[in-house]
Amino acid sequence: MKEKVQNIVKKFHNDRSRLMDILLDIQKDFNCIPDEAASIVATLLNMSKVDVNQTISFYHFFSKEPVGTYAVYLNNSAVACMMGREEVARAFEEEVGTSFNSVTEDGLIGLWDTSDIGMNDQEPAAIINGIVFTNLTPTRVKEIVIGFREGKDISEMVDKYGDGQNSNELIRSMVNNNIRKKGPVLFSEYEVGMAIRNVANYSPEQTIEIIKNSNIRGRGGAGFPAGLKWEFCCKSGGEEIYLVCNADEGEPGTFKERVILTELPMLLFEGMIIAGYALNAKEGILYLRYEYKYIKDYLEDVLQQLRNLNLLGNNIAGKGGFNFDIRIQLGAGAYVCGEESGLIESMEGKRGEPRNRPPFPVQKGYKNMPTVINNVETLSSVVKIILNSPEWFKAMGTKESAGTKLLSISGDCKHPGIYEIEWGMTINEMLEMVGASSVQAVQVGGPSGVCIDPSQFARSISFEDLPTGGAMIVIGENRDLLKEFVMNYTDFFIEESCGSCGPCRSLTVILRNKLQKIMDGKGVKADIDELYEWGNYMKQVNRCGLGQTAANPILTTIENFRPLYDSLIKTDDDFVSTFNMEKAVADSCKYVGRVPKL
Amino acid sequence: MDNTEKIKFVIDDKVCYAEPGQTILEAAKSNGVYIPSLCYIEGVKPPGSCRICNVRVNNRNLIACTTPVAEGMIIDNDIPELNELRKAIVEMLFVSGNHFCPGCEKSGNCELQALAYRFQMMVPRFPYEFPEKGVNATSKYIFHDRNRCIMCKRCIGKVMKDEKHVFAYNSRGGEHLHVVMDEELASQLTEEEATEAMDICPVGAILKKERGYYSPIGHRKYDKESIGSDIEKK
Amino acid sequence: MSKPVIATATLAGCFGCHMSLLDIDERILELIELVEFNKSPINDIKTFTKQCDIGLIEGGCSNSENIEVLKDFRKNCKILVSLGECAIMGGLPAMRNGIPIRECLEEAYITGPTVRMNTKKILPNDDELPMMLDKVYPCHEIVKIDYFLPGCPPTADLIWNALLALVTGDELKLPYEVVKFD
Repeated sequence: MKEKVQNIVKKFHNDRSRLMDILLDIQKDFNCIPDEAASIVATLLNMSKVDVNQTISFYHFFSKEPVGTYAVYLNNSAVACMMGREEVARAFEEEVGTSFNSVTEDGLIGLWDTSDIGMNDQEPAAIINGIVFTNLTPTRVKEIVIGFREGKDISEMVDKYGDGQNSNELIRSMVNNNIRKKGPVLFSEYEVGMAIRNVANYSPEQTIEIIKNSNIRGRGGAGFPAGLKWEFCCKSGGEEIYLVCNADEGEPGTFKERVILTELPMLLFEGMIIAGYALNAKEGILYLRYEYKYIKDYLEDVLQQLRNLNLLGNNIAGKGGFNFDIRIQLGAGAYVCGEESGLIESMEGKRGEPRNRPPFPVQKGYKNMPTVINNVETLSSVVKIILNSPEWFKAMGTKESAGTKLLSISGDCKHPGIYEIEWGMTINEMLEMVGASSVQAVQVGGPSGVCIDPSQFARSISFEDLPTGGAMIVIGENRDLLKEFVMNYTDFFIEESCGSCGPCRSLTVILRNKLQKIMDGKGVKADIDELYEWGNYMKQVNRCGLGQTAANPILTTIENFRPLYDSLIKTDDDFVSTFNMEKAVADSCKYVGRVPKL
Repeated sequence: MDNTEKIKFVIDDKVCYAEPGQTILEAAKSNGVYIPSLCYIEGVKPPGSCRICNVRVNNRNLIACTTPVAEGMIIDNDIPELNELRKAIVEMLFVSGNHFCPGCEKSGNCELQALAYRFQMMVPRFPYEFPEKGVNATSKYIFHDRNRCIMCKRCIGKVMKDEKHVFAYNSRGGEHLHVVMDEELASQLTEEEATEAMDICPVGAILKKERGYYSPIGHRKYDKESIGSDIEKK
Repeated sequence: MSKPVIATATLAGCFGCHMSLLDIDERILELIELVEFNKSPINDIKTFTKQCDIGLIEGGCSNSENIEVLKDFRKNCKILVSLGECAIMGGLPAMRNGIPIRECLEEAYITGPTVRMNTKKILPNDDELPMMLDKVYPCHEIVKIDYFLPGCPPTADLIWNALLALVTGDELKLPYEVVKFD
């Protein structure tokens, strides 16, 4: 073991900031990160063992214990549950003979819950040894488990490939793109390399000016003007500037980046190269969420093609000094790394805990150098802005929201998938587009967004009205909104909180318990008020977007679905005890050998 | 340096002056204004994790220990709304750990308790959770009692041995995050280093063995005067 | 006008809070003038003989009897006060809350270093005995509690100030030194 681990650490030049890569390799080789390996890494990197362990234990796909020769990571997010995740989970447990979050005694199969894996349009879905299995059914589970027992190679078990590049020999995945509506920006035809050759004729400042003029705002959710971000970064004056593309879409309900990475990687990388030129950056990093590891080889190949085309590397497009290259950094399963400063920490080999701001990443980011972090969709759009014009771009959408938006739509609708729409579409129009009727609610922007009721369906999808990173979940009228969504999402935030802000760590749990009390019929009126008041603390005090929005599922449903909560309050009393005498004395009576006298 | 070269700002209606680069918390302190905090400790990059030093500038909540003070800032600090928020944070720390003050060696010198006194906490508004947490007594000089840990990160930032972290976070999230002690490094700490570690901890999670209850009731740090009163008296 | 009536009880506590009540020294004479005591260990009245104005509860709920007594107090007292850390958060008895009840009973009656006489290793199981709860519960998780006086024990001054405020309706004075958790 020692030699193997030493070689891995050496491969990454004994560089502490590459700890993620080191651990990923070890996990791959040993199917876990054995304690001994952690000790060796600690010694070689001159760190304490607890310091190495704190990175390991942060990420869902790292494990100190073996996770099973076949490790099944089954998505447990709300939409997966809507689509029959529980039946699939029970089938796995029955066929495998162990419960979730454990490994069979022989170590052959491990079953693990996992947060959203970006497959909401084809749930229930699981990642098994890095390969995605979609549209799972109990019958399919039986076949899969038989395959495990026969010792089949996991890739042999993919019986058919999905559409588009999913059948590419470097992907070979059963995932479907489900592109339902192609819009004028991302999905329009274009000539590869043209935009790069165009900007090579501009100065970096001119390039930034074009992007600024287009009014494009960040597509990840926060909506910061992209051109302005580039400009701020350039003015920060560091020795090096880094460009990072955030492909860590972890918001339950979003899967647009998966589709861009599969179908339009060239476009994305061109966008990165253009940004690299504008920023005078030499290195670009694509932070790819672990869940999308199955696309990585393909992406590496596309990068190589770009190098062969002289669109990546040195003297790009023949322009002396236009040097820029891209590397792919794989994550290891942590929603909060989608937050830009958490992502930087992760890229530096640490726990993905968001940083305190200021300084902002454009001032001090990756390796303390000015860093621009843009969303996949934003960078892809940049290419078309260069090829057409800022005016062309601005002519689409609304005043504050220029251009188009990729929506990932899932839930109770006929046509879940990817839609490129112009900003400004109303929710009603969207529901008609996706074939949804009898809708109780729409979760706009995923759990961290807002849950709206039908009276608000005339509102428009735009930064002025309903901003969204793109996740749209349609909730039919027969769904139990509190149990299936609010509770599921609150549990998600508890699991995914980095935990470093006290209120995000503690209050999410307190809120969940309070919500459970109300759902159990033990609530009083004051409980709803407190739930709302306490939920609002979260907005005020937490450091990052996760913490500030972790109470949104509760807050926005209290605002928009108050009667649902009121209907659960069974009493006018101002106090109801949750104490249960029978339960409380059961153990002690059993142990001393007496019949409880109740 | 006279006041003309300094940064002028206002906190709680008091006109103050700060050195460039000072955070709001430090600047307030040097002007005799106490901003309650827990995770901040002098000489360490503030983790900004406890969120108690929340102040309000232009209707926005900012963390005083990490935000540099800027010219002309008008800061609200000692206002009922913020104090209520801070009190709530203190209360959630009480319920999410096992803080049995009557049996804790740090009682009277504990900063969490002292903040609860300052905010007159009679009972937390949140239900007690009584989580199960462990104690690590393997080190020669240190007890590490996770029941009392508030995960403020002070020890992570400051307790070092051979430039390595003796304490670190483990796991993540609302129910699993905890602080662990590196047994190998902790056992190498000298008696003085162990005492220092105990003093770094704002609560009683890190204790120096054989050093409990060293000052009698009535003579402990926060028996007679509230936390922050030393700053306010200046 | 009749004097306000006070009742007191100790649940899973050590009587320290009652001792602290007695620590008000000569003010106890004043107290007797101000109020009347009903059910309380202080006067050994074992059952409520009338509706009371104020109930002081020391100790948390560790067994079924504690629960019954507490509910009885809630029924018979207009105002209920959690007196001391044990009533408020379980206190030292609640340090058992992380330990399985089986281990607690074993330690107490069979394996503990101070167990000498229990040679037959009997665990008390008579039907007349209160049943142990799975953990020690703060009083306000069982019934509604109106006021909380922290401390282990609460200082005599805190108890005195609080009683005075409740009886007279004056504002409660809480000087810094009076409120302590130990």
